[in-house]
Amino acid sequence: MIPAKFDYVRPSSVEEAVSALQQGGDDAKILAGGQSLLPVLRLRLAAPSVVIDLGGIPELRQISEDGDRIAIGAMAPHHDVLRDDLVKQHVSLLSQATATVADPQVRHRGTLGGALAHADPAGDLGAVALALDAEFVIAGSSGTRTVPAAEFFVDYFTTAIGEGEILTQVRFPKYTGWSTHYEKFNRTAQAWSMVAVAAALRVEGGSIAEARIGLTNMGTTPIRATGVEQALVGQPATADSVRAAAEHATEGTAAPSDADAAADYREHLAKVLTGRAVLAAAG
Amino acid sequence: MAEVRVTVDGVNYADEVEPRMLLVQYLRERLGKTGTLIGCDTSNCGACTVHLNGQSVKSCSVLAVQADGGEVLTIEGLARDGQLHPVQAAFNECHGLQCGYCTPGMIMAAVDLLGDNPDPDEGEVREGIEGNLCRCTGYQNIVRSVQRAAQMMKPGASAPTETPAPVAGD
Repeated sequence: MIPAKFDYVRPSSVEEAVSALQQGGDDAKILAGGQSLLPVLRLRLAAPSVVIDLGGIPELRQISEDGDRIAIGAMAPHHDVLRDDLVKQHVSLLSQATATVADPQVRHRGTLGGALAHADPAGDLGAVALALDAEFVIAGSSGTRTVPAAEFFVDYFTTAIGEGEILTQVRFPKYTGWSTHYEKFNRTAQAWSMVAVAAALRVEGGSIAEARIGLTNMGTTPIRATGVEQALVGQPATADSVRAAAEHATEGTAAPSDADAAADYREHLAKVLTGRAVLAAAG
Repeated sequence: MAEVRVTVDGVNYADEVEPRMLLVQYLRERLGKTGTLIGCDTSNCGACTVHLNGQSVKSCSVLAVQADGGEVLTIEGLARDGQLHPVQAAFNECHGLQCGYCTPGMIMAAVDLLGDNPDPDEGEVREGIEGNLCRCTGYQNIVRSVQRAAQMMKPGASAPTETPAPVAGD
């Protein structure tokens, strides 16, 4: 199928994009990399009157170091994030999760900001942003505001980005020297995560000094596994202690049941994958 | 209507298109480049893979207007001077196809992979073409073909055992 008719604008600045979005009203849709939006348009699950393509704003693709943060433009393609040395060095968990997103063609077009703004609970990058306390820079007609990850993911496909607003940048604190791993479980190539676990640890003298754990697809939003984090701190990174801590992985979750997996199977996976992710991170 | 100016397989085009026109439609229906196939139309299968500005993309998931100002390479632009590209020649030599429907997309994905990683092991080939489905499940020979192409493309490598077949129509 082909999309329903729409008008197309390609602004060359964020200000122009915000004003196009406000003129377009409820019916306007932002086009980032298009790897989720275009299938949705083709299936006619959405029929916006105007599509605003952010592809003409080069500064939104930049990745830079900003003090104790790595600032990633919302339009940075997954492929660029994956190759970026700053990201590899300071936010390795993001590199690892991005490598599992879809397939090479989709990673060439799809963007970090697009994926996070789409907020599919099965998407891989939300759990990373949440676990690492990323900040979301959102532009609107009255300037920009910054929203912490803990407040960004509101519900199924719903974020804190308001009407007439555009996500422009995602800022990650540096986790230089942390041990990280993204453990994804799916059945076939390029499939969505049935469940996945993002783990970042600071290991000191053989025991876990700090832990950050995010869960993918265990609720309507990414979920922070704070029970696991608390249970890990102070423990040695051994199989027994990690598995015991991983038993807390389902606390505060609301796993969906769907064609891929029933909720109780997802709960089982969350515990097993949390153990694997932490052990793999601890090396 | 919107204007799209694009170079496809080395030729410049300027066209008025509807913004909703997909790149694959533009290539096939406007330019007649039917070597690029539509498979699933849901961005899974990769049959429609082309290169946009040097990177593999699924042309069913890109609007023609998004290619404005860009450079597109399709399977039809891969052969040079009447000689198949080494990846095409390797698919021929290793029988990297059964029904052939996925082949143009597989080859375009493989060319991109070998550009990034000139000497992939089997696992890296399988990951590199994970965006492309072969409904015949003929992956064994596809993977062999990509690895054969990598050998053929190594600097100083000898010519393929068989001289690549001339391009049809030449």
